[in-house]
Amino acid sequence: MLRIEHIAKTFNPGTITEKRALTDVHLHLKPGDFVTVIGGNGAGKSTMLNAVAGVFPVDHGTIAIDGVDVTHLPEHKRAAFLGRVFQDPMTGTAATMNIEENMALAMRRGERRGLRWGISAMERRMYQEQLSMLGLGLENRMSSKVGLLSGGQRQALTLLMATLRTPKLLLLDEHTAALDPKTAAKVLELSDKIIAQQKLTALMITHNMTDALAYGNRLIMMHEGRIVVDVEGEQKKRLTREDLMSLFGKAAGKELDGDKLLLS
Amino acid sequence: MDILKLLNALPGAVSQGMIWGLMAIGVYITYRILDVSDLTVDGSIATGGAVAAMLIINGCNVWLALLAAFLVGMLCGFVTGMFHTFFGIPAILSGILTQLALYSVNLRIMGNKANTALSVNKYPLILTSRNARALALNNPILIMAVFILVAIGLLYWFFGTELGCSMRATGANRNMSRAQGINTDKNIVLSLMLANGIVALSGALLAQYQGFADVGMGRGAIVIGLAAVIIGEVVFSKIFRNFGLKLLAVIIGAIIYYLVIQVVLWLGLNTNDLKLLTALVVALFLAAPHWKAKFLGAKEKRKGRG
Repeated sequence: MLRIEHIAKTFNPGTITEKRALTDVHLHLKPGDFVTVIGGNGAGKSTMLNAVAGVFPVDHGTIAIDGVDVTHLPEHKRAAFLGRVFQDPMTGTAATMNIEENMALAMRRGERRGLRWGISAMERRMYQEQLSMLGLGLENRMSSKVGLLSGGQRQALTLLMATLRTPKLLLLDEHTAALDPKTAAKVLELSDKIIAQQKLTALMITHNMTDALAYGNRLIMMHEGRIVVDVEGEQKKRLTREDLMSLFGKAAGKELDGDKLLLS
Repeated sequence: MDILKLLNALPGAVSQGMIWGLMAIGVYITYRILDVSDLTVDGSIATGGAVAAMLIINGCNVWLALLAAFLVGMLCGFVTGMFHTFFGIPAILSGILTQLALYSVNLRIMGNKANTALSVNKYPLILTSRNARALALNNPILIMAVFILVAIGLLYWFFGTELGCSMRATGANRNMSRAQGINTDKNIVLSLMLANGIVALSGALLAQYQGFADVGMGRGAIVIGLAAVIIGEVVFSKIFRNFGLKLLAVIIGAIIYYLVIQVVLWLGLNTNDLKLLTALVVALFLAAPHWKAKFLGAKEKRKGRG
């Protein structure tokens, strides 16, 4: 479903702030793969997701989604294939627009936007149904501005918007990191439920090792712009924190300093 | 100080306020909806005036001249939009560049003259300041009211369409918009075109109203536009929530602005000092939200601690 072939990205090349964010990332995802991504700060997790989303062009390599080479497509065109949820709850929604308008925008992802009315009565009923499944009471606040919602509510809404039109690939960039633990757990549960229901292919970055082990059928760990650990299936199910540490130590070529590197 | 003199000047102030209010709606589109500060307007309003005046004195139909002014204004916005999105120049600078270039263009349009007379005696103009106090259908206040209602109606419709919604989203959150498949660059260019089209249209109406087009008629237009937007918001933000009413608030803001100007002139202010006064007033209004957050916020914090 996703084929990342040897991509590399260096920010600010030739300057004092030069940063080799991705050195050689190679990753193939099968349809239905739910991959958790872990790694320390600056390991290149977000850079990899943003490279797939087309936030910036890559220096080398190719990216294909469902057989379509998207390497040279601009961000807004790639959006047709993708659902995205960001770390900052403010990023995923338009605060000054109301809930139903935000959903209508998401509903038209990948379509031409013309002079038809921006939202139809039929859609409105559909959104209401979808919102009620979140169990947050948002279905009664469809014309409230999204800026009035809490961070958790906004993330849940963003998740719903990302999957309103079934995406080829769902990108979750530490989407629970800015939430309180209880809300984070709820949003994570919801993500897992939606991914299972729609049989989505998903990449989920997390700082939480326990979550990385508990969710998904595959786990990758990044270090210095490369994927250094990649386990899936039965092997992933049996994986423990200790295994992860020693795997990482071997791959990165040095002893791991406890949780610090992973959870920093 | 003769109160009658002031009362006599009020209808003129209202009609001027309405014409500049239409221009301010253009400013509202870029500044408030798309979150882009566009300084093209100082040039494009004069372009609209120049295009309409030259077409009319060369025998063109007045309505066609208005349409031409609108289209040329859109072209001005397109240039600024290209500077910003394709050339990667910051929006404010892009507008300044176009505005500067338009000064030469406007002189060219008017045959290398700084102004062009457009007398209502010679041409069938749509509106003129001469009828400002007339109790008739050709009163510029009535005519402008029709223009404004039509403009607000069309914009209300447009910003409710899929394209319009995607433009509002572009202004609200660029990242989210791109993630939802919206071409934000295209929308920014479109909004600059729409805004400057409206600005040039108001320039075409202004030239007819005052009886001439002048290469300097747009100086400070952006500041007057901002004044109208901000006055409208300060006065009506609590009561006007509907988008159409918000646009109406901009018009009323511009009318209030011109009424206040009329009063301070009547009180004896030198006309030459007007722009200084306008700039100071707009600076204060723009500072208000910043100061409110800074000082009132600090006060609340102290309260919380105590």
